[in-house]
Amino acid sequence: MTSALNHLTIAEAGEGLAKGDFTSEELTAACLKAMDAQRQLNAFITETPELALKRAKASDTRRAKGQALGAMDGIPVAVKDLFCTEGVLTTAASHILDGFVPTYESTVSANLRDAGAVMLGKTNMDEFAMGSSNETSYYGPVLSPWKGKDGKDLAPGGSSGGSAAAVAARLCLGAAGTDTGGSIRQPASFCGVVGLKPTYGRCSRWGTVAFASSLDQAGPLTRTVLDAAIMLQAMAGHDPKDSTSAPLDAPDFSKAPGAGVKGLRVGIPKEYRVDGMAGEIEDLWKKGAQWLKQAGAEIIGVSLPHSKYALPAYYIVAPAEASANLARYDGVRYGLRVEGDSLDDMYMNTRGQGFGKEVRRRVLIGAYVLSAGFYDAYYAKAQKTRTLIARDFERAFESVDVLLTPTAPSAAFAIGEKMDDPIAMYLNDVFTVPASMAGLPGISVPAGLNGDGLPLGLQLIAKAFDEETLLSAAQALETAAGFEGKADAF
Amino acid sequence: MTYLIEGETGDWEVVIGLEVHAQIVSKAKLFSGSATDFGAEPNTQVSLVDAAMPGMLPVVNEHCIEQAVRTGLGLKAKINLNSAFDRKNYFYADLPQGYQISQLYHPIVGEGKVTLDFKDGQTREIGIERLHIEQDAGKSLHDQDPKRTFVDLNRSGVGLMEIVSKPDMRSPEEAAAYVTKLRAILRYLGTCDGEMSEGSMRADVNVSVRKVGETGLRTRAEVKNVNSIRFLQQAIEHEAERQVEVYESGGQVVQETRLFDASTGETRPMRAKEHAHDYRYFPDPDLPPLELTEEYVAEIKKNLPELPDEKKKRFISEYGLSAYDAGVLVAEKENAEYFEAVAKGGGGKGRDAKLAANWVTANLFGALNAKDLSITESPVPAENLGSLIDLITGETISGRMAKEVFEEMMETGKAPGAIVEEKGLKQITDVSAIEAAIDEIIAGNLGQVEQFKSGNEKVIGWFVGQVMKATQGKANPQMVNELLRKKLAG
Repeated sequence: MTSALNHLTIAEAGEGLAKGDFTSEELTAACLKAMDAQRQLNAFITETPELALKRAKASDTRRAKGQALGAMDGIPVAVKDLFCTEGVLTTAASHILDGFVPTYESTVSANLRDAGAVMLGKTNMDEFAMGSSNETSYYGPVLSPWKGKDGKDLAPGGSSGGSAAAVAARLCLGAAGTDTGGSIRQPASFCGVVGLKPTYGRCSRWGTVAFASSLDQAGPLTRTVLDAAIMLQAMAGHDPKDSTSAPLDAPDFSKAPGAGVKGLRVGIPKEYRVDGMAGEIEDLWKKGAQWLKQAGAEIIGVSLPHSKYALPAYYIVAPAEASANLARYDGVRYGLRVEGDSLDDMYMNTRGQGFGKEVRRRVLIGAYVLSAGFYDAYYAKAQKTRTLIARDFERAFESVDVLLTPTAPSAAFAIGEKMDDPIAMYLNDVFTVPASMAGLPGISVPAGLNGDGLPLGLQLIAKAFDEETLLSAAQALETAAGFEGKADAF
Repeated sequence: MTYLIEGETGDWEVVIGLEVHAQIVSKAKLFSGSATDFGAEPNTQVSLVDAAMPGMLPVVNEHCIEQAVRTGLGLKAKINLNSAFDRKNYFYADLPQGYQISQLYHPIVGEGKVTLDFKDGQTREIGIERLHIEQDAGKSLHDQDPKRTFVDLNRSGVGLMEIVSKPDMRSPEEAAAYVTKLRAILRYLGTCDGEMSEGSMRADVNVSVRKVGETGLRTRAEVKNVNSIRFLQQAIEHEAERQVEVYESGGQVVQETRLFDASTGETRPMRAKEHAHDYRYFPDPDLPPLELTEEYVAEIKKNLPELPDEKKKRFISEYGLSAYDAGVLVAEKENAEYFEAVAKGGGGKGRDAKLAANWVTANLFGALNAKDLSITESPVPAENLGSLIDLITGETISGRMAKEVFEEMMETGKAPGAIVEEKGLKQITDVSAIEAAIDEIIAGNLGQVEQFKSGNEKVIGWFVGQVMKATQGKANPQMVNELLRKKLAG
């Protein structure tokens, strides 16, 4: 029986721990065993079994004394390797952070730790969270636990690919990810799990390796909507160390999934279609609307006219910020240093060898769009576009409470399929980027399988700081979809 | 004050603008809690933020904002209620983030002015273009090792105000007067200690020349590394002459950054054109725009100290000082305070202000200069100088004796009363004692008495000298004079 403990949801495991059916140590051991068995997925960059068992025991001790901390106490989770973790190697999946062991803990991972969660290890990801397939990692690609019809290895999506794969393969009960343009929601869709990107400012960015500061946001990847609510509760909250963190107390998210959708106004934005999008995604989207309607919601057609500019604007803003954020990786103070004949040589050697191709591409794009003579044509214009995108959403939310869209324009693709076509790769985020640009919360809920038996997700987008409505609607979708998809890996 | 450079093709005038970097007086850095003490051991005042560790975020130090607003008000400048921080991107080993957080697009302070006073009583107004807040970089130490450069990050992240003047100055003297006045204002405000030797105030000078009568501005060169007022004048003189030579030999001045070399008194190009920086400024996404309220600014304004210009006016009207004396006294806040302590003291009655000004500017400053001491290190506290003045006005000692007592006070730090007592310097004002001395001299020098009687008035001076000698200089000279005339006439 113990072997199946890792198949429990967070809510189920919480009950079991509370009832004394099993201990956190047993639960953790089950996860560690699954991690061993599934090492070929390459979901983790660093596994921390000793630390995990220590924390699990500490949790059991607390519980025995009647001092359990709450719903996350004793729950084994994985943490994306973008979060700095005290005393544990933190790489951002980049060669340039070789050997970097932080002396500090990111606010989000500290919040999880302080809620009693047990960290199993640091999950693989796209290098510096730049990618949509988890193939840009210096530590090699993550394999999706799902297999293609022809037996091909599939990409788990990205950049939180390791976190999504680990949840899907039942290596952990939940995982912390980050989402800049879709890095939680798209891999969640590809791997058939729930992925929630909260409102920008809901979770602190302190101690999380920065990709694009105005977009980066931490969030949970879990197997159920309720689990996402429980895990978000532990991660969120105001942090004075992050000036962009919202000075708001997080509401009780765990109540939201059960609130129902009676009378909820659900908007269907007509612009969320791209050329060549599979008919089955369009069908699933319609089905999703139908499910919500049957649950008591009202379906309303809306327009977000500037949606088509979101992706190009995103690929100006995010690289621009990244080009400055990644300047600190210079070989001077930590991480990799490749010596050279002069300071400039050392910079070029270190950054040339330390950063992978996709990171170098984005740093160059970012430097270019900010450079003298191009700033107005690119960066300034992209920022104006961003304002227009946000206004589109504001207008739409005058008549609806939540928006329903597909999460991604396709199901998971094969490893290697899109690596030499960056534009095709970037298009993966076409439906997730607009909400990111507007700072709005979004969630991907697994809603069905395509013809090849691969999971497809539907995305819900809500108003800023209205994660509760998002969770209520997501729960209705989850209930109606009855997604039972099981990856091939277990 | 006209400063012209005679060239072969006619007279040239010099146009000068200054960018002064003033370190903000604050216990903590601009965006971190690290200390800012000068002269601490290398790398002992460095936080995770200052070292730009991954995931670290800036949080603005409100005290630094208040100091900048205070300075803006002191410069009679417009306070911008909305300002914002930008990133200035460049790579250097002592710039851990790879960018400096500054304010390019929206500075916190707009246009203002500084009034310069000259010895001849003339004044001149120099325009302030703007003041913005930015971070200082660390320090590269090139002289610790023959092959390597060491980096000290103590200064990294310290708050600076960059105060940019309009190109309103026309001579090295005006530039010197501007920096002197600016320094005085900052020190009065307590927003910068003005220690140029410690680098807490540094100036970059923009210099261009033009033919007398021209109204447009020619190409300017920016001269950096000027760390004293004397060097500032030298640098301008040299740079202006260099530019005149360039034009007169048929060349063109190029816009460039030049470095002042104190050992040669010359300027030389700092970096080749191919290394010209493109700073790729863009709004810092880690920091929300800075919004101030009218009330906040009004509160700071209300608590602004009296500044040099106002103090000077008051010294003239309240104490009847000459404009020159008042100007000299207010140039340093501590001098003005010292003077007022002397002038206002004396048990609340106040003292002869002109006499006090005279003693402070002539005797005290002279003596301090000779000992190379600052006024705060003066062995003679204001209280003691006041007592000395009381001894003079109370006719306890003569002016000549007072000088002797003052010398002793400078040497020993003792109070004047004690010195007078010890040395028996008390003035003789007893009529009978002086008469006795006079009688004795007259009796012994009948020849000289005869001379006086026959109309040689000059001989009276000889008699005074003799009486003073006989009383060891202690007799009140005025009384000696009067009594002598009476006796000799009788």
